[in-house]
Amino acid sequence: MTGILSLAIWTPIVLGIILLLVQNKLSTTLTYRLGNLFGFISFLVTLPLYIYFDKGFSGFQFQEIYPWINHFSINYHLGLDGISLPLVLLTSFISWLVIFISSNSIDRAIGFYISAFLILSGLMIGVFLALDAILYYVFWEAMLIPMFLLIGIWGGPNRVYATIKFFLYTVLGSLLMLVAFIYLYNQTASFAILDFYTKPLSLNIQVLIFLAFFMAFAVKIPMWPVHTWLPDAHVEAPTGGSVILAAIMLKLGGYSFIRFAMPISPDALIFLKPFLIGLSLIAIVYIAFVAIVQTDMKKLIAYSSISHMGFVTLGLFILNPLGFEGGYVQMISHGFISAALFFAIGVLYDRMHSRNISDYRGVINSMPIFGSFFVLFAMANSGLPGTSGFVGEFLVILGAMQDHFWIAFFASLTLIFGATYSLWLVKRIIFGEVKNKKIATLKDLNGKEFFVMSVLALMTLAIGIYPALITDITNQSSQMMLGLIQQSKIL
Amino acid sequence: MTLMKLYTLIPMMPLIASIVIGLFGRQLPKAFSHLIPIVLVLGSFLLSLYALYISYHGYVFNENLFRWMTVGQYDLNIGFMVDNLTALMMSVVTFVSLMVHIYTIEYMENDPGYSRFFSFISLFTFAMLMLVMSNNFLQLFFGWEAVGLVSYLLIGFWYKKPTAIHANMKAFLVNRVGDFGFLLGIALIMFYFGTLDYKEVFSRVDSLAGQEFMLMGSSVSLVTLISILLFIGAMGKSAQVPLHVWLPDSMEGPTPISALIHAATMVTAGIFLVTRVSPIVELSSTALSLILIVGSITALFMGILGIFQNDIKRVVAYSTLSQLGYMTIALGVSSYSLAMFHLFTHAFFKALLFLGAGSVIIGMHHDQNIMNMGNLKKYMPITWITFLLATLALVGMPLFSGFYSKESIIEAVKYSEIVGSSFAYFAAVFGVFITSLYSFRLYFIVFHGEERWRNKSVSHNHHDHGLTKNQSPHETSWMVTTPLILLAIPSVLIGFFTIEPIIKSSFLLKDIFILDSHLALSQVTEHFHGPINMALHALVTLPFWLMVLGFIVAYLLYYKNINFIKTPKVLKKVIDHKYGFDNFNEYILAPLTIRLGNVLWKYMDIKIIDNFFVNGSARTVNLFSHITKKIQTGFISQYAFVMVIGLLLFISYFILGGKS
Repeated sequence: MTGILSLAIWTPIVLGIILLLVQNKLSTTLTYRLGNLFGFISFLVTLPLYIYFDKGFSGFQFQEIYPWINHFSINYHLGLDGISLPLVLLTSFISWLVIFISSNSIDRAIGFYISAFLILSGLMIGVFLALDAILYYVFWEAMLIPMFLLIGIWGGPNRVYATIKFFLYTVLGSLLMLVAFIYLYNQTASFAILDFYTKPLSLNIQVLIFLAFFMAFAVKIPMWPVHTWLPDAHVEAPTGGSVILAAIMLKLGGYSFIRFAMPISPDALIFLKPFLIGLSLIAIVYIAFVAIVQTDMKKLIAYSSISHMGFVTLGLFILNPLGFEGGYVQMISHGFISAALFFAIGVLYDRMHSRNISDYRGVINSMPIFGSFFVLFAMANSGLPGTSGFVGEFLVILGAMQDHFWIAFFASLTLIFGATYSLWLVKRIIFGEVKNKKIATLKDLNGKEFFVMSVLALMTLAIGIYPALITDITNQSSQMMLGLIQQSKIL
Repeated sequence: MTLMKLYTLIPMMPLIASIVIGLFGRQLPKAFSHLIPIVLVLGSFLLSLYALYISYHGYVFNENLFRWMTVGQYDLNIGFMVDNLTALMMSVVTFVSLMVHIYTIEYMENDPGYSRFFSFISLFTFAMLMLVMSNNFLQLFFGWEAVGLVSYLLIGFWYKKPTAIHANMKAFLVNRVGDFGFLLGIALIMFYFGTLDYKEVFSRVDSLAGQEFMLMGSSVSLVTLISILLFIGAMGKSAQVPLHVWLPDSMEGPTPISALIHAATMVTAGIFLVTRVSPIVELSSTALSLILIVGSITALFMGILGIFQNDIKRVVAYSTLSQLGYMTIALGVSSYSLAMFHLFTHAFFKALLFLGAGSVIIGMHHDQNIMNMGNLKKYMPITWITFLLATLALVGMPLFSGFYSKESIIEAVKYSEIVGSSFAYFAAVFGVFITSLYSFRLYFIVFHGEERWRNKSVSHNHHDHGLTKNQSPHETSWMVTTPLILLAIPSVLIGFFTIEPIIKSSFLLKDIFILDSHLALSQVTEHFHGPINMALHALVTLPFWLMVLGFIVAYLLYYKNINFIKTPKVLKKVIDHKYGFDNFNEYILAPLTIRLGNVLWKYMDIKIIDNFFVNGSARTVNLFSHITKKIQTGFISQYAFVMVIGLLLFISYFILGGKS
């Protein structure tokens, strides 16, 4: 089965480039149709990864390794394990949905728009599959370019400030990560991640390496206090950009913590654990309060994302199986729920051209189907059992309790505050008497929107009812990862 | 068919009804919207009776349905445990649900959300069954939150009403406060027992009896902590002070769900929970005392509020709060089976009261103000009689079902020696007078006296609601009255026939754990000599005469209209504000939350992080480049000048430095 990983990465990139080249010669509709087909193909090529995946095996599968820059022993090295598989599927799936629905809201340069998403999708999958630090770094940095363009071209009025803030935050972090890679190369004479895992390092060095990684990944997730780029980026990004940003790009941070920072510097992780947990709890509680008072619905969901990502980091850094698995499931779950919520806001924005909560009331009167979906996803967002939103939070709270009562206590506050901002949003937008004529004449979901909402709802419910769908894939790999973390690397 | 498949069917049938009607109800003919759920819920009811039959004969079913997930060494499962306790709850839930389904056909007849309503109440039945049938804490929590969701959807069923959508959010959030405690309790159980399975947890609880837990520098008994956390969850769902504030407001929902969810079933989930975890709670007398005191406060003070309400549904709602308080009192004195007994009888007569109130509301053309009613006995005979029977059951008239359950609880409190039991005894006994007073007040005002709607002033708040002067109310159709009659039968009789097995036999006791040193229940059993004796004996006890006194006071005040008592102004103010719980939440808690959110956002996020650090570092870079830009003028002479000055400084530094 070698080659299927490369296929998953390069299919969308190559198709994206093809679309870029031919789009001038095609009509808008035809461009959209072709793009949609390309998106679907790119999703299909990731399915074999799931079908042929061996759940009982904890290491990397379908590995591909070719020399790339021999002088520095840099290889084109790919591999898939239980940690990366769900994220790869999530990426290709959400990317296709974004492309599928793009014709609703994008009125100019749609070919360019779609190809940006195709290329972005390939690059993100590359990040999840790379087992060579430099290869990873290339994908990681390259990814910023399409995202930068997406916000910069199709974004809102304040997009320049937002893109620059986004860019500066991220680049600052990634540079430090590169420094860490080079240091590790000097130690191991290799850029292979697997060699990094086994290299013993002193605690001081580990702490420095961890902090370098931390700067890169904490910005991405984002953790408090380096989170302020996210609400701005979301507000300015077009719907598709927001969806990808929330559903996948944030997960790159969580994934990279698992893949690099945690196994490479495990002792530093234990050393810094109180600090990391403190930041996570601040994100959960503090950001929830900030979310409550937002007046722009996109900002509200953006802050809610940060609060939910606090659960991811809390779960990962609590360093026990329940927390780890919980943090991971939370990433996947948030991928579907936040995608759905940003899609939903897009649906409203396409019709009303406003994101102000106060411009809405009683949407359910004219859009009952949309209203029902919105209530479902808001409930999922507040962690209702039976939806995927519950699984991660529940496990993380169980895990936190094994560490300390008060950590679980503060984390559980999300039960109250998460419900507060989600349901208050529902109350103000969806329910109530119709606010004005514009809302009274709103059209309910069209076919495409209905499709997108339905599949996301199905995924949310499926994971909520039967989370073993995810955890059976991840179980072996996460146990191995936890094993690596629990082994001291100090000589 | 295996028993597992059969038991799986019980919750699945209402779920299927809900999904089918929810998705296709609008496309199908209207009759399908009620036929499908009614048939399937009837099926659930019959199977529940079968389950009761099986468990009655001593077979406790306990199996896992599927593995929810595996984490490390932990397996989390979904499964069913059906013992007598569960089977009893299942039968009550499905029976009341069936009655409400039938009743709804007329009540919601002209509502545009007809099929949606049926979809929701079937979904509720599913969720409630999952809750009671669970064999582990995970699924319990799922059912727990799912009934909360349906409650949310149904309170806000008329989503255009601002009061309704305020009430439903309030209900959900207040319940979430309870769930917050509940979830922490579950997490502690997971930590110390390594499993969430009831059977394993309960079998190992003894070994943790003496365990201490460090909290805020002092050590607390672990079982006490777990018990209190679980009870906080129960307080939310079963609306105990101070988490009771959502229940009166939940009356904004359609009346059938007030009967089903907010009287008979969902609100009793907390009572069921504490009964279910009796092996844990029993080990902590601190937790039991807390439960007892919370229950007593709720029973007494919420009952008092019931006397002053003018909305027919709110009177019944406060009565529900008070009766839930009685059940909680029973839990506090370790008489779990009596709590379940009162839950059981209460489900019938309180559902009947609500459905009767709903019938009155239909008759009054959706006017709920009792001050516009009167003499309805003339126009609505079936509603009148059944309502009277329910009232008698509620006040504890000997031989009626409510008498047996409430009297047993009062007895149990009398024998209990736990801290707080003397206060509880006072609250429970005095509560009988209060109950009688508000119940008969309601009864007299609604069914007797003058026909007040005829002389009310023309303008009233509810536009196009209520009767005009010349209209008369009319009895509702058979679809409403049949459930009334079917509920009236158990409301009257079921206590008489079931008290013996509940008090004397081990029907419920074998699923409950009671410490030998907690004597209240066994004392009650010892003093029990058959239902007739109990009724006769009651005639010489204080509660009976307090009940009569309540009747007399209500009779004089509201039938004869003799105003011999005046409520003091201060008291009236306190009662009008319902002791100020709502005010505290609305004027202090909510604004503080918003305030804190704004401070964190505008000062921390925007001022400090963004403006100072992020933009600040950008500005610093800018400033730096500004300065360095000025130096680079491009004139060689200036560069040369700076260089010479620099050299001079260096040289002088070395020369002077060398000397000293």
